[in-house]
Amino acid sequence: MTDVISTPVARPTGGSLVDQFEFGLDAPICLTWELTYACNLACVHCLSSSGRRDPRELTTEQCEAVIDELQRMQVFYVNIGGGEPTVRPDFWHLLQYAVDHQVGVKFSTNGIRIDKEKAAFLASTPYVDVQISLDGATAEVNDYVRGPGSYDTAIRALKNLKEAGFKDAKVSVVVTRQNVGQLDDFKRIADEHGATLRLTRLRPSGRGADVWDELHPLPEQQRTIYNWLIANGDNVLTGDSFFHLAPFGESLPGLNLCGAGRVVCLIDPVGDVYACPFAIHETFLAGNVLNEGGFKEVWQESALFTELRSPQTSGACTKCAFFDSCRGGCMAAKFFTGLPLDGPDPECVQGHGEAALAGDRNRPQPSQDHSRAALPKRAQPVMVQLSLTRPDITAPPVSACAASPLAGFQP
Amino acid sequence: MRDEEWRLSPAVALRPEPFGAMAYHFGNRKLTFLKRPELVRVVQYLQDSETVRQALSQAGVPESQWPAYIGALRSLAATDMIRPSEGQDQ
Repeated sequence: MTDVISTPVARPTGGSLVDQFEFGLDAPICLTWELTYACNLACVHCLSSSGRRDPRELTTEQCEAVIDELQRMQVFYVNIGGGEPTVRPDFWHLLQYAVDHQVGVKFSTNGIRIDKEKAAFLASTPYVDVQISLDGATAEVNDYVRGPGSYDTAIRALKNLKEAGFKDAKVSVVVTRQNVGQLDDFKRIADEHGATLRLTRLRPSGRGADVWDELHPLPEQQRTIYNWLIANGDNVLTGDSFFHLAPFGESLPGLNLCGAGRVVCLIDPVGDVYACPFAIHETFLAGNVLNEGGFKEVWQESALFTELRSPQTSGACTKCAFFDSCRGGCMAAKFFTGLPLDGPDPECVQGHGEAALAGDRNRPQPSQDHSRAALPKRAQPVMVQLSLTRPDITAPPVSACAASPLAGFQP
Repeated sequence: MRDEEWRLSPAVALRPEPFGAMAYHFGNRKLTFLKRPELVRVVQYLQDSETVRQALSQAGVPESQWPAYIGALRSLAATDMIRPSEGQDQ
């Protein structure tokens, strides 16, 4: 019995919000909109494999039309990202256009364009929230995945915002194996800048698929994250991204639900609408905002979203005692690690994911890649750390063929 | 609260949803869900009512359920989704 329907078959009257959300809403609660695939950085775990601008990216007029439609649908705010959205020349215009049309904006940036002047503009604009990405509480850990100089850029942006009087910026951290020991330090950095810490889960999406095995937190680190979130939960944002940890004990604050195509979705730079920001792949492509019916028709009527809002089967997971708390975990994490969508999350804290990962699986081919082929060396993240000390040539070789021809030679 | 005049905050927009409505506060950016159509009606009737009591009865809420609805209104008030009508206490 692996085809047991695991969600209610019809929209209930009353009941919990999660039960309601499974059947979708008339408009998304929160929409992510990536304005460009262009980016000055080349983070190794980029969800959207960004780097180069796509020539088909929406024009200023087309973006304004999308904002007009979001206003009509009463989508009260969007998360703008990229790529690096601020490198679009019309970024600041579109930001103003959105807030003037009752579409609040939170945008994610690596901080490259947040100079003193822009920080002052942001501080004076209501309905705008800024999220600075930082994946290490030290330059060493951050630049390892985000590239040389990116730590300093982010910290400078936070300083500029604070000095300009911008209240409550967000410091957005993807939790990895390398930075999981720095959670308190991230909190301190956020506090020092009058900002709020936001932690999210590393997804094996985009270029993240290539580095997930090396970066994703180890099983014992998942417990560390859970304990830290329980201790600090109310003062830290998570975008509800850690619901796969709920089976450790009490549920974390927020919706413990996959919102893909139900309450969230993504509009990419060329106007394609995907089920969620972590699912940029043709399998999760619902339509395009430039089609005749616009975004509204994609959201309300696309075959993909209708399917995501219909009763789901969750295979073997339905038999797990913790199914109600995690509901099978993250669809994108399963998809991009090559696991079946009706099975356990690859980071299932009951250990079912590890067994699944060890078995036969086929990782999907990416359906888009905007990575820059030739990035100047100085701008590339260096995941292989060069040793700064001379190797000890007298030490025993680590393997038979690693013996130094100079071993034993003392000048 | 029953005999007071309350209003939807000017910074709040209500978006109809299949189960009721979503309320968004543009000022404090809080999002709240009104999980019953009856509660949505009560909040809408506040606009033209001199008292909360009036809005409740106009919305057809049985008197036995008023305490529950007052409770829901109080939690909406806690995040400034609704606020006491200006001019009443001044």
